[in-house]
Amino acid sequence: MEQTWKQAKAAFAAIAVPPIGWLLFFFLIPLAVIWAYSFGENTGPITIDFTGTFANYGRALEPLYLQIFWKSIIVAGLTTLLCLIVGFPVALAIAFASPKAKAWLLLLIMLPFWTNLLIRTFALIAVLREQGYVNFALEWMWNNASGFMSLVGLQPLGEYEPLTLLYNNTAVIIGLVYVHLPFMVLPLYSALDRMDRSLMEASLDLGAGHLRTIWSVVVPLAAPGIASGILITFIPALGAYLTPDLLGGTDSQMIANVIERQFKRANDWPFGAALSFLLMYLTFIAIAAQAFVQRKAERRG
Amino acid sequence: MADQALTSIPPVGSPKAAAKEKPGPLEYMRQWPLRVIVGLTLLFLYLPLITLMVFSFNTSRRNIVWQGFTTDWYVKAFNNDSLLQAFINSLMIAFFCTVISVILGALAAVMLWRFRFPGKTVVEGSMALPIVVPEICLGVAMLVFFARVMPWPMGLPWPLNLGAITIAHVSFAFPFVATVVRARLSSFNRELEEAAKDLGASEWRTFWDVLVPHMQPGLIAGALLAFTLSLDDFVITFFTAGPDTITFPVKVYSMLRFSVTPEVNAASTVLIVVTVILTAVGLQMQNNTPKEKKA
Repeated sequence: MEQTWKQAKAAFAAIAVPPIGWLLFFFLIPLAVIWAYSFGENTGPITIDFTGTFANYGRALEPLYLQIFWKSIIVAGLTTLLCLIVGFPVALAIAFASPKAKAWLLLLIMLPFWTNLLIRTFALIAVLREQGYVNFALEWMWNNASGFMSLVGLQPLGEYEPLTLLYNNTAVIIGLVYVHLPFMVLPLYSALDRMDRSLMEASLDLGAGHLRTIWSVVVPLAAPGIASGILITFIPALGAYLTPDLLGGTDSQMIANVIERQFKRANDWPFGAALSFLLMYLTFIAIAAQAFVQRKAERRG
Repeated sequence: MADQALTSIPPVGSPKAAAKEKPGPLEYMRQWPLRVIVGLTLLFLYLPLITLMVFSFNTSRRNIVWQGFTTDWYVKAFNNDSLLQAFINSLMIAFFCTVISVILGALAAVMLWRFRFPGKTVVEGSMALPIVVPEICLGVAMLVFFARVMPWPMGLPWPLNLGAITIAHVSFAFPFVATVVRARLSSFNRELEEAAKDLGASEWRTFWDVLVPHMQPGLIAGALLAFTLSLDDFVITFFTAGPDTITFPVKVYSMLRFSVTPEVNAASTVLIVVTVILTAVGLQMQNNTPKEKKA
């Protein structure tokens, strides 16, 4: 049983004051300041007046910025979908592997997750660029195919044109999937690992195929795990800064890049503050939606 | 048919028995389509990192074609004073961030686990906020806070000038520690605490001799998490760092912006190796603790 704080006031104060104080002073107050700024106006080079205006939010809802918000949601959604498509079979395979293989596979999935994000993005650049390994491999295959065709008397294929894999929207999505895949695999794995396997055996015995079993038995049972995997992949992907910055082209900016520009280059703090609060609201909406789905699933189960 | 399907299901808990037979229906890991998917996924995850590490030993400056083995880039990276300073800064920040986060996280976990008090749900909710708020929002909040509300004095002697970054890192790291420690505390038997008090131990003594040893695996896991979170962070540091307080990721970022040299490969390889060693040590410690308890 929990103790009420009145029974041990001194102990409670000693335990509660440092973490609550830190959270208040170094987290909630900075956020509150940003929130206040989002209703302010630039009145001089470094002075901002809190005028209570909604002009910053009005500007954020103009088509130009609305489009960037929409695009960020699409990119994060596609990233999440791709992570789910790749991550589900991987999680399934790990959950049903032998205990020893399981431990190793989990470690292998986790390890890139512990490596610095910047370094992983940088490593991806070396693989994807025009003179990177993907293009090298494709060129090798192209030349071999070309040689084979002239061998059998057909027209050779001509010079290999390297694919542009970097500095566009595709690169951003590849980068985001690369970085967020472990976020998806781990919750899926823990949901699949906890599942009652006899239900799957029953379904297979009764004549359903593997795909049918997965679709009508495994997916509904693992739904809460899938929902939380989607959430913890979607949220960081939505607010991603580094990946679109380093891998994207001029047209692949996401909302975080626009916020950064308002604070660092454009020096329009009130507008940047309004944008970052809109991003936070979007995040909270995603969390609320997930909680809603989860509660519905629990009630049904 | 049904009989055959039944007999081919391996008995639960003895995977060895089925090792040489046809894979059972639920042994997805032994079916080739899934093996191919897992293999390709691991290739996708590791190919970039491995090429980066291998080509940090390449003689060629253009670092695409393999020309010969050299360790020159490591020598260069270690002689690059600003890179080395950034690396030491990062380690220092990560160290202080870990110490403070573990203390605050453990206190927060004990508070939420042990006490009932008015406004508890509000406190719980706010504690979860740093985990879910997008990094960029926290970054700009810290930028404004340290620029306007609480300016960090410029020109302080070395570890002190990292204070602002360390504070920012603690703010997002300690709720993670609290979550991990609280999960560990849920398995604690409260009667032990009461027994200690009945036998005359003070509040402080009970905390230190009964509760802390029980929390230990959670504290280690939390410390590891705080350390890597701090070492990994780019966005928040990017906004909080002043011109003279550059950390390793921020330095690598600016090097990337100007030119890609194999020096960056070498420096990144060092960081990857450091992280892998730390992870291995952490996992080892976590595996050992329960065994000691049982003995």
